[in-house]
Amino acid sequence: MKLSLGPLQYFWPREEVFKFYRQAVTWPLDTIYLGETVCSKRRELSTRDWIALAEELAASDCEIVLSSLALLEAESELSALTRLIENGRFQVEANDMSAVQLLRDRGLPFIGGPSLNVYNHVTLRLLCEDGLQRLVLGIEQGRALVEEFRASGEPLPELEVIAWGRLPLAYSARCYTARALDLPKDDCGFRCIEYPDGLALKTRNEQAFLTINCIQIQSSEHCDLAPEINELAAAGIGLLRLYPQTEGMEAIVTRFRQAIDSGIPPQRVGKENGYWHGCAGMDQVTPTSGQT
Amino acid sequence: MDLICPAGNLPALKTAVDQGASAVYVGFRDQTNARAFPGLNFTDSNLQQGVDYAHAHHSKVYIALNTYPDPAKIGHWQKAVDHAAELGADAIICADIGVLDYATRQHPDLPRHLSVQASATTHAALRYYRERFGIARAVMPRVLSLQQIERLCERNIVPIEVFAFGSLCIMVEGRCQLSSYVTGVSPNRHGVCSPAKFVRWDEEPDGVRSVRLNNVLIDRFQPNEPAGYPTVCKGRYEVGGEVFHALEEPTSLNTLELLPQLQAAGVAALKIEGRQRGLAYVGTVTRVWRQAIDRLEAHPDGWTPDPAWQRELSAHAEGHQTTLGPYHRSWH
Repeated sequence: MKLSLGPLQYFWPREEVFKFYRQAVTWPLDTIYLGETVCSKRRELSTRDWIALAEELAASDCEIVLSSLALLEAESELSALTRLIENGRFQVEANDMSAVQLLRDRGLPFIGGPSLNVYNHVTLRLLCEDGLQRLVLGIEQGRALVEEFRASGEPLPELEVIAWGRLPLAYSARCYTARALDLPKDDCGFRCIEYPDGLALKTRNEQAFLTINCIQIQSSEHCDLAPEINELAAAGIGLLRLYPQTEGMEAIVTRFRQAIDSGIPPQRVGKENGYWHGCAGMDQVTPTSGQT
Repeated sequence: MDLICPAGNLPALKTAVDQGASAVYVGFRDQTNARAFPGLNFTDSNLQQGVDYAHAHHSKVYIALNTYPDPAKIGHWQKAVDHAAELGADAIICADIGVLDYATRQHPDLPRHLSVQASATTHAALRYYRERFGIARAVMPRVLSLQQIERLCERNIVPIEVFAFGSLCIMVEGRCQLSSYVTGVSPNRHGVCSPAKFVRWDEEPDGVRSVRLNNVLIDRFQPNEPAGYPTVCKGRYEVGGEVFHALEEPTSLNTLELLPQLQAAGVAALKIEGRQRGLAYVGTVTRVWRQAIDRLEAHPDGWTPDPAWQRELSAHAEGHQTTLGPYHRSWH
């Protein structure tokens, strides 16, 4: 199995982004996804900047992929998407059907991101006809779906699974960070830059529940599929996706790399992902963590 | 503009037809549609009666097949498509690419509408579904502003249907896993958000009522505080030390005052949410919107919403509150 660094979901200052990725190329990663997938108003890096960063990082051994926005509303966002797709060098992760169509128009192969709704083998076959070469499974989809994909007898593209990080649960037109700060979205002041790992949302009985990240809602917990490493390999998963966070990313990458290379599942340090086991995402399925 | 009204059962369908619905949208009694609630939706014989009734009164019936089947279950969705065709449905409303593909091949003459659950928000995405599956109409997610709807209509890719009234999903439809994350039952796969079997109300000694979804506290209510049906997105939570409706208040979408602009934009159809609602809701909301559209078409100049209409609609709104929702920028 290969290791990928998923696109940065949060909004970080420009220099922090460059610093993070210049370190990331030295970590034992196979693939790095770059680009803004959450909010088009975030402009510490423009589309051109992301492409330039891709060019710079491509000098390493890592495969570089450019990720597209998950929710497009305005014409200007489609123009930016077209610029991303017409970069002339790097594959694109299509995170909505607009991207699929623009890639298909140009006959370009692509990677299907986790916010595309691919729930069955027929959908997957049609998207492969459109040029899909790798699918990042949606968050709801676990081992059973992968087995059903295989049982269908259809040729499958390479499969990637979110193995570390907060699960992206929902997208809206509304900015919840701006709402929490009592600001209108059109005059948000880009305040999500103050929450480089998102803004915590707790229940009224103090249970950590969700994370607000601009127009996106994430789980509160970091899912951790490292203990399931052998199960993932046996299911034929080609890549494990790790989502960036401000602290300790190198150690997270290294821990997964060691687990893959040794075949020894490590103790769980994040939360179990119930979805992989066919349950609710927040369910804890196995009684003792660290066991597989 | 067509008026597309909800029906969760045969009496509701007849009421919607009687009150002037251009079309009624319905679902089978299983997980093939996004309102798979216990006791709701149509048996075969009911649906055949419904189609016959609608057609006899110059109305139409659309069948929603707008959930996403797993590989092992897709055959069931395909049979549902066949069944919709046999029943004489005027259109099916689909989201899944696999289901759309089957319908396109097997029933090319049965019009296909793109469901809101497909999350198509741009002309590029609409072009995909038109080129691939020849969709005849697309229902837009409740995230676009009025100006964005106008732009999309100008592109003239497919006729556009928008939500006009009813309960408001604030997340992009088809891309919300909040209920799924908490309960394992998914709007996309199982056709239900916040399933009743996971909801638990408790009354505390001081009269405060708390409501949980699969043991997650969604909200607490004072003894006299009105409490609606709990969904994750309309609960109160603590963010930055304050407790508030961090995602959305319990409120309904009401675009009645935008009617002239929606018509001028070239919107083809207006959709009323609420297949899970009762007869009184379906009857009142259909009648009010029919009157409003008819009056606009008869007297396009100087149209204003009748205050009596707004009173009637507000009485049926969630929490008795309404909003222009995403159509108005300040909502975002």
